Amino acid sequence: MKTQDILKETFSALKANKVRTGLTMLGIVIGIASVIAMVAIGQGASNSVSSSIESMGANLIIVSPGAQRTFGGGPSASRGGAQSLTLEDATKISSQISNVSGIARVVSSQQQVVSTGENTNTSITGTESSYSTIRNIEIAEGSFITDQNVEKSSKVAVLGSTTRDDLFGEGATDVIGEKIKISGVEYKVIGIAAEKGGSGMTNSDDVVYIPYTTAQRYLTGNKYLSGIYISALTSEDSTQVQEDVTTLLLALHDKTTDTADFTTMNQSDMIATVSDIASTFTTLLAAIAGISLLVGGIGIMNMMLTTVTERTKEIGLRKAIGAKKKDINRQFIVEATILTFIGGVLGVILGWLISFGVSFFDIIDAQVSIPSVLLAFGVSALIGIVFGYYPAHKAANLNPIEALRYE
Amino acid sequence: MMIEIKDITKTYDSGGEPFQALKGITFSVKKGEFVAIMGPSGSGKSTLMHILGALDTPTSGTYFLDGKDMSTLSDDELADIRKNNIGFVFQSFNLLPRTTVMRNVTLPLIYDGVPEGEREKRAREVLKEAGLDETHFGHLSNQLSGGQIQRVAIARALVNNPSIILADEPTGNLDTKTGDIVLATFQRLNKEYGRTIILITHEPDVAEHADRILFIRDGLLSENPLGHKKRIAQA
Repeated sequence: MKTQDILKETFSALKANKVRTGLTMLGIVIGIASVIAMVAIGQGASNSVSSSIESMGANLIIVSPGAQRTFGGGPSASRGGAQSLTLEDATKISSQISNVSGIARVVSSQQQVVSTGENTNTSITGTESSYSTIRNIEIAEGSFITDQNVEKSSKVAVLGSTTRDDLFGEGATDVIGEKIKISGVEYKVIGIAAEKGGSGMTNSDDVVYIPYTTAQRYLTGNKYLSGIYISALTSEDSTQVQEDVTTLLLALHDKTTDTADFTTMNQSDMIATVSDIASTFTTLLAAIAGISLLVGGIGIMNMMLTTVTERTKEIGLRKAIGAKKKDINRQFIVEATILTFIGGVLGVILGWLISFGVSFFDIIDAQVSIPSVLLAFGVSALIGIVFGYYPAHKAANLNPIEALRYE
Repeated sequence: MMIEIKDITKTYDSGGEPFQALKGITFSVKKGEFVAIMGPSGSGKSTLMHILGALDTPTSGTYFLDGKDMSTLSDDELADIRKNNIGFVFQSFNLLPRTTVMRNVTLPLIYDGVPEGEREKRAREVLKEAGLDETHFGHLSNQLSGGQIQRVAIARALVNNPSIILADEPTGNLDTKTGDIVLATFQRLNKEYGRTIILITHEPDVAEHADRILFIRDGLLSENPLGHKKRIAQA
């Protein structure tokens, strides 16, 4: 039997019951499309989180108060609230640790901010001039917090672009020199930070920067820090710097690794952790999508078994006019495979459209990867062969005499 | 001799008592003969037809078709015999539904790897031989009358140029008038084209169209080449 004839027979058989063929194919289409879309969305989410961590600043090491959570550990002091980092810690780090390009003290707090007529709840970051370099903050208008502001505990504020929009209206200009009130104290706006394009849950543009000395005096009322941001000279140095900082602070606080009252985080560790989580989620999503593909495959088998039963007489006839077992077997395998393959092609298109839609509506920048498309094709053809095998085998082994008598 | 059958038996062993459907049948058919095998239902004529048509093998005895021993062939070898040497015509026609006359008739040739152009040419020849008007060649099988359908089935049986045509109750699903047309077709194929035809039936009127009638009853055969009308009356 010629290939061309097998294909002709197949298409005419598939066309004979278009609705059933279509519905069965739909199972594969949805299965393949969900695998492609889920992997693309997972990949996109992972990329977007990684890039937002990278945008935090180069070679960043963050020291925060509170103990590192350990597996099975008991209650620990809440990280942000613990009071264990002091100004002296920061001074020692900057004087004793090498390969550090910058260090910024941070006192943060969540506050209601009021302007004339508008107010918003936002995060207040009390810091110093080096913070803008470490965190890659660009200034659109005016200037950032200066060393002088810190020294004098000046009541000055730099607004993130979102906070500016909330307080003075979308894209407002001439905001420099305006007054805002935080916790009853009046501040003068001295600068507007350029938009960073925050992604995900945290919007890095919804923020107000003030000098950390001011924050300590008017907002927290104590001498402790909520974080120390350190920038290593190069990314290769960052692990060494993190270790040195940890050793230094343990000595200063008279603690051991087990009793540490602070946590250090390295940006590359964070990226590794996040991409680890993301790939776990991608696998999970793909596995769920894979189940729908399996269900689609069972649908194929179901349809093929029905077809074989319905066409028993036809199979008997084909055998009577000289078709061998392998001819019948091949015909039904090809039928199942063509069905899943067309379903696979449509599924790839649908999956790509879903990914495109998700990106287009700015939900997540989904990325369709070529390997997942190739895998989907391979899997769909394989499903045809696997789930078509049993029905085809059943058809090929029909006794021609009984098949011809079948009513 | 086209067909030589010697002392063929067939025993079915499907649970419980073995059942002997054929109890030792011997006969031969010459090339160009038109033979009817006649018997009541349950006589063993269907079993005999399956063996003649290479759909089944006998339990014992020998069957030579065109000088080839058929009793020891494998499934695939039997399929080859069916493809090259035998043309079936069934009571229930067995055309592919919603499929053109042309595709139905060319179907056996695709298993023989005949190129498409050649297939159509052969199909046209045999459709004319079977007496179907050319205007119907492109019609779907469900657009034809019973008589036309059976002539398409006859053309399909002829298309691989078989040694014998096996017709199993070919008029069973047709009214007398269309049945007669189909039987006339068989006679014409036999007389004008020299086709060897074996007709299986339980109706004496149908069997009478053949040159020779073999009676089968309870798995045994009796032949009465002369005066078969008298024999039918007795039956």
